[in-house]
Amino acid sequence: MFRNDLKWSDVTPKAQFLNRRQIMAAGAASLVAPRAFAAGYSTDEKPNMLEEITNYNNFYEFGLGKTDPAQNAGQLTIDPWAVQIDGLVDRPGSYDLADVMKMGPIEERIYRLRCVEAWSMVIPWNGFQLSHLLQKVGVQSSARYVSFETLQRPEEMPGQRQALLDWPYREGLRIDEAMHPLTLMATGLYGDPMPKQNGAPIRLVVPWKYGFKSIKSIVRISVTSNQPETTWKQTNFREYGFYANVNPQVSHPRWSQATERRIGGGLFNSRQDTVMFNGYGDQVASLYAGQDLSKDY
Amino acid sequence: MRGRICRKIIKVQAINQRLRKIPSWVVYPLGLIPLAWLIARGMMGDLGVDPVRTVEHDMGLRGLQWLVGGLAITPLRWATGISLVRFRRAVGLVAFFYVTLHLATWLLLDIQLNWAQAWEDILKRPYITIGMGAMILLLPLALTSNNRSIRWLGGRWQKLHRLVYVAAVAGAVHFLLVGKVWVGEALIYLSLVSILLALRITHRVFGRP
Repeated sequence: MFRNDLKWSDVTPKAQFLNRRQIMAAGAASLVAPRAFAAGYSTDEKPNMLEEITNYNNFYEFGLGKTDPAQNAGQLTIDPWAVQIDGLVDRPGSYDLADVMKMGPIEERIYRLRCVEAWSMVIPWNGFQLSHLLQKVGVQSSARYVSFETLQRPEEMPGQRQALLDWPYREGLRIDEAMHPLTLMATGLYGDPMPKQNGAPIRLVVPWKYGFKSIKSIVRISVTSNQPETTWKQTNFREYGFYANVNPQVSHPRWSQATERRIGGGLFNSRQDTVMFNGYGDQVASLYAGQDLSKDY
Repeated sequence: MRGRICRKIIKVQAINQRLRKIPSWVVYPLGLIPLAWLIARGMMGDLGVDPVRTVEHDMGLRGLQWLVGGLAITPLRWATGISLVRFRRAVGLVAFFYVTLHLATWLLLDIQLNWAQAWEDILKRPYITIGMGAMILLLPLALTSNNRSIRWLGGRWQKLHRLVYVAAVAGAVHFLLVGKVWVGEALIYLSLVSILLALRITHRVFGRP
């Protein structure tokens, strides 16, 4: 009997072979600048395999189980897709996805993702900085917050047929968090368009906050002067705050946040210590100077 | 009408006679099937992206399922006359076996013997507090599940073993509280446990002596 003893981990990660191709296409000076720029934001940790990233998702619109999104998201229509951008902006309107994708240069960003459930991954996203989008639409001076909304389409999102959460899913950032260069509008991973279970066609990625802040399948972005309502805070404000910065010192009523399990290590994988701001403290700690993060959790 | 009841009684008697021929130990190999299945899945690499979580949840769920099965034995006899009481001890022990594996998975594979964190979890996280409580309640029941203890404790044995009612409720509540939202599956188990306990109350109040 033929037995294949190759594992998924033996496959060359796509990022790596893409890198090789880029090296082979050396001399392309245009590549050097953005890559060097992006390198400052990317981790050099080994990314999780595509298999792991696409089969372990919290996306309650498609069910509560970790594999439900992979099973149920296929039916989601992502073309046509428009994003309503409104509120305190100079150029509000309904923007076609193609136009949104042109609002900033697409880069690869390899980020750590820390879920509030005390597990983590490393994910090679593709996307552009939210700051570029906000600059394109023109943020007005009274703007203090940005809110986001996920698509609500129960016909295609079976989880939305139950009152699991108050649909549509909503998230928000303070304007300085939204303008931070680490904050990404992600449109793909491993160089391919965003898989549906990961929040196609466009989602937020805020790597220093717990994963639930990184809202998926966005259809609306509003710039506001007041702190927006956010779904998890509304569901259980004792457990989920507006800021939701990764913070090993502030324990969650449900999970100690001191340590995490990095997905992909198998049954006997050892836990690792969780780092303040998920390891992005050098870049973002100054945003919270003077704030008591045990109160603003 | 009377004839039908007679026929039914004869049928139940026949079933019970046949059940009496089955040795009660067969429950143990049956009880190991879910574990064997999980191990087989593990060998096929089918435990998913996070095998620790899969094992932990599966063991806990099996424990709860066997607890519910054990609680169903007496109401089944009331309702149908079919008696599985001979198998109840083994069913209870299989439940305890899975609950123990669930706890062991949490301690060894999930929090990895980080005792400080385990202790903090037990004290501070209601679903872990309640789950641990259920485990502790089951411990004396498993330890006194032998004939010697039954003789030694006499009438107190029965009273002691009513702790399983509390443990089953605690187990189901533990499952419900693990979820960040109300999970249908956990609600089903809590309902099952509630129904099985409510049947005991109605039987005591309205039932025959």
